[in-house]
Amino acid sequence: MSILDISNLSLSFGGVKALQDVSFRVPENTITTIIGPNGAGKTSLFNCISGFYRPQQGTISYQGQVLSSGIRPPRRAALGLARTFQNIALFRGMTVLDNIKLGAHVHMKSGLLSALAYFGPARREEIAVRRNVEQRIIDFLEIDHIRRQSVSSLSYGLQKRVELARALAMQPKVLMLDEPVAGMNREEKEDMARFILDIREEWGITVLMVEHDMGMVMDISDHIAVLNFGQVIAEGLPADVQKNPEVIRAYLGNSDIDSLRKKLNPQGEAA
Amino acid sequence: MRIGDAKQTYEADEAIWTTQTQKLWFGLFLLLLLVFPFMADSYLLYLGCLVGIAVISTTGLNILTGFTGLISLGQAGFMGVGAYTVAWLSVNTALPFPVTLLLAGLMAAAVGILVGLPSLRVKGLYLAIATLAASVFLHFIFAEWESVTGGMGGMSLEPAHLFGWSFQSDFMMYFIIVPLAVLMVLAAANVFRTRIGRAFIAIRDRDISAEILGIDLLRYKLMSFALSSFYAGVAGGLFAYFFRVVTPESFPLSMSIFYLAAVIVGGMGNLLGGILGAVFMTLVPEALKLLTSALTPFYPNAPVFMSPMLEIIFGALIVGFLIFEPHGLAEIWHRIRRFFHLWPFRN
Amino acid sequence: MDWMFFGEISLAGLAMGGLYSLIALGFVIIYKATRVINFAIGEIMMFAAYLFLAFAGGMEMSAWIALPLAVAGGSILGGVIEKTMIRPMLGESPISVVMVTIGIASILVGLVEFIWTADPQLLPSFLPREPVFIGELYLAPKIAYGFLIGAALLIVYLLYFRFSRGGVALRATASDQAAAYSMGINVRRVFSMAWVFGSLAASLAGVLVAATGGLSPQFGIIGLSVLVVVIVGGLDSILGALIAGVFIGWLETVAGAYFGGEYRMPATFLVLAVILVIRPYGLFGTHEIERV
Ligand SMILES: Nc1ncnc2c1ncn2[C@@H]1O[C@H](COP(=O)(O)OP(=O)(O)OP(=O)(O)O)[C@@H](O)[C@H]1O
Ligand SMILES: [Mg+2]
Repeated sequence: MSILDISNLSLSFGGVKALQDVSFRVPENTITTIIGPNGAGKTSLFNCISGFYRPQQGTISYQGQVLSSGIRPPRRAALGLARTFQNIALFRGMTVLDNIKLGAHVHMKSGLLSALAYFGPARREEIAVRRNVEQRIIDFLEIDHIRRQSVSSLSYGLQKRVELARALAMQPKVLMLDEPVAGMNREEKEDMARFILDIREEWGITVLMVEHDMGMVMDISDHIAVLNFGQVIAEGLPADVQKNPEVIRAYLGNSDIDSLRKKLNPQGEAA
Repeated sequence: MRIGDAKQTYEADEAIWTTQTQKLWFGLFLLLLLVFPFMADSYLLYLGCLVGIAVISTTGLNILTGFTGLISLGQAGFMGVGAYTVAWLSVNTALPFPVTLLLAGLMAAAVGILVGLPSLRVKGLYLAIATLAASVFLHFIFAEWESVTGGMGGMSLEPAHLFGWSFQSDFMMYFIIVPLAVLMVLAAANVFRTRIGRAFIAIRDRDISAEILGIDLLRYKLMSFALSSFYAGVAGGLFAYFFRVVTPESFPLSMSIFYLAAVIVGGMGNLLGGILGAVFMTLVPEALKLLTSALTPFYPNAPVFMSPMLEIIFGALIVGFLIFEPHGLAEIWHRIRRFFHLWPFRN
Repeated sequence: MDWMFFGEISLAGLAMGGLYSLIALGFVIIYKATRVINFAIGEIMMFAAYLFLAFAGGMEMSAWIALPLAVAGGSILGGVIEKTMIRPMLGESPISVVMVTIGIASILVGLVEFIWTADPQLLPSFLPREPVFIGELYLAPKIAYGFLIGAALLIVYLLYFRFSRGGVALRATASDQAAAYSMGINVRRVFSMAWVFGSLAASLAGVLVAATGGLSPQFGIIGLSVLVVVIVGGLDSILGALIAGVFIGWLETVAGAYFGGEYRMPATFLVLAVILVIRPYGLFGTHEIERV
């Protein structure tokens, strides 16, 4: 069963074709990874799924239901599509704890009046969310020591972890991670890989990930789709994709030094 | 020196005042507010009322501009809506002040929502200009809709009343204005303990990401506009009861700028900052007046220079704080507090 | 309807609009280069007009010496403002920078009141006084000659920014700051230059407008009309500034003549509100693309 089904998706910005006729599936309860050189359209695809970009053609089905463009991003978040961002998008004016609690927004109900009084339902709901965030997420991601800090004081690796925490607070069915280990050192990468595996296994959440770090991708992915110039050029098990001559050509033939370096040296530290 | 204490429950940890010391200070502060009118002379009472009104309006603007990131040049206009609502109700009905003030706030909130509607499409400074347009229209309506507003001459109104009591003096008004200010600031603080406050801040920091994370931008922007102009409306209503006369010139554009300045000088996105800013900006002109009258015996010309000096000081405060102390008085306050917490071990 | 009256009013409005275009051009130059919305532009105009008053009135200089001096003074003021108060705000949020310009406006009003008192003043008249007729329509000479001088500067500006090196640097900086910097353009100098040139245009217009309508510390209110012009035209569009300037000038004058002075602002702000709803980035402004 696939939880997310992308078919014939096309998106262009003026002359730039970010996505062309993209089709692939995300099988339920797997770690599915999209790889591809810089500018291939990976983030754009995420943005289409989130509802921020409106593709000119094609459909995205989620749990068997087509997400029409009338379903705006907040609604999609409420349906269980959560994500992190390639360029960290934490809210700098809030503490780590508040950033994470914000993720729970869509599942909360209290309105303005009860918020003004902080009484009754609003209060109970806030405390319940706090408890849930503390006991399930903060403990799990081992970030108790920083919960009161302002996010801008954190290291890059920790910021990524807080973003993951916030996405988990959204109680997702599909968790989309845009380059979750970019810019991390090896230890941080290993932690993150472990978290992602646990999220899939223990929480039963489907993970859809974009990542350049081939070592990690090959290690933890169940399913891989390769995007190049907005098109899917291969899809399948990690081992098959790795051997696919077109994939190798796409990576080696790409003049982008960065992705070449990443490919040739998958364990090295990404810039 | 103070010693941190471990919180036992999430409830305790989510409270506004998390330590006994804080509760004690707040209690003392309330007590001070209570005894103040009995000690103060009429001038200080007058100032106390003025500050209270300013605190309410600044807190409202801080919610919109400081916390939600939506600049408004319409705060004075919203206050005007509240003031005219109270004035009209006082002349045409016998409603007691809690009802008229509530209606003033609701009326201003309705206008605020209307003005906020363009925020669906326009952002940042374009939105600020839209609020400026709103304040021009509101001024026009106040001045021209004579049958309701009394035109350029404005309206005079009866004192606020409740259960046969009439709140004529500044002393009595103090007991309406200051408790209301305390309540409204606490209510604002409550909002920022909940999902609504977090949504506001998220919109300010990164609106697009906030939307993707599940925040309905239009809904929360409008909510922020409504809340902010509700505060402005109540402040305007109190203004009307306090001065007992309302004219279109009571709420000029410079007043909107005054409140923006109070938010900036106090500290954007910080409730305590808003309060400090409101107090400070209200007292600066008064301090200047005192200085001028002290100087007049020696420099008979001093009063002539007061108004230009005020303009210059006002502008210099805005520029100076933005350049040198962008987090405002709140940050200075925190520095002072940190100093005393660690004292005498580090300095 | 009295077409003659309408024609004369319209003519005066269009001429006034020409001056608005010039001020708006100054505003747009500053905005394009530095992304600063300058709420103090009306006060910079006012300041230059007071300088003219001091030179031509107080010191009894010939108007044709006082005018360039006053304009130079206004331009220097713009440069000084940029160096001392805008530059430290580089990278701050647009709200903060706008508030700085509002603060500057307040300081300038205070200074002017301090030096020249709050009383309204008349500028010594220096423009030819023979009535001007265009066809049968009468146009007040101050407005007509003011328009001509303003238009001359406007044309010089357009040519300068189109063809000179400085103009190219300015346009390059406007379209992509980082790229301009990497191409060896001195971006800081461009910022200063934009403020100086922008203030120069505003200063000249300030003297010309004050020459027709008088001068007081409230003169800076005209900045609100300019704001309407640039929002309607599009903050970063020179063409928009020109067209919207003429249109708003005309509309304001016609609304004032037919309905009374209190209708001038609501009329133009109504246009502004409509534009914001149907074209949020102005008639010719560019819509900035947002990404995550
Ligand atoms: N909002 C936009 N406007 C114009 N062009 C865009 C926009 N968003 C993306 N693009 C273009 O679409 C193409 C795909 O970009 P995208 O960010 O999806 O690539 P990516 O695969 O995520 O690359 P990377 O590995 O560098 O993150 C690029 O050419 C990019 O410039
Ligand atoms: Mg990307």
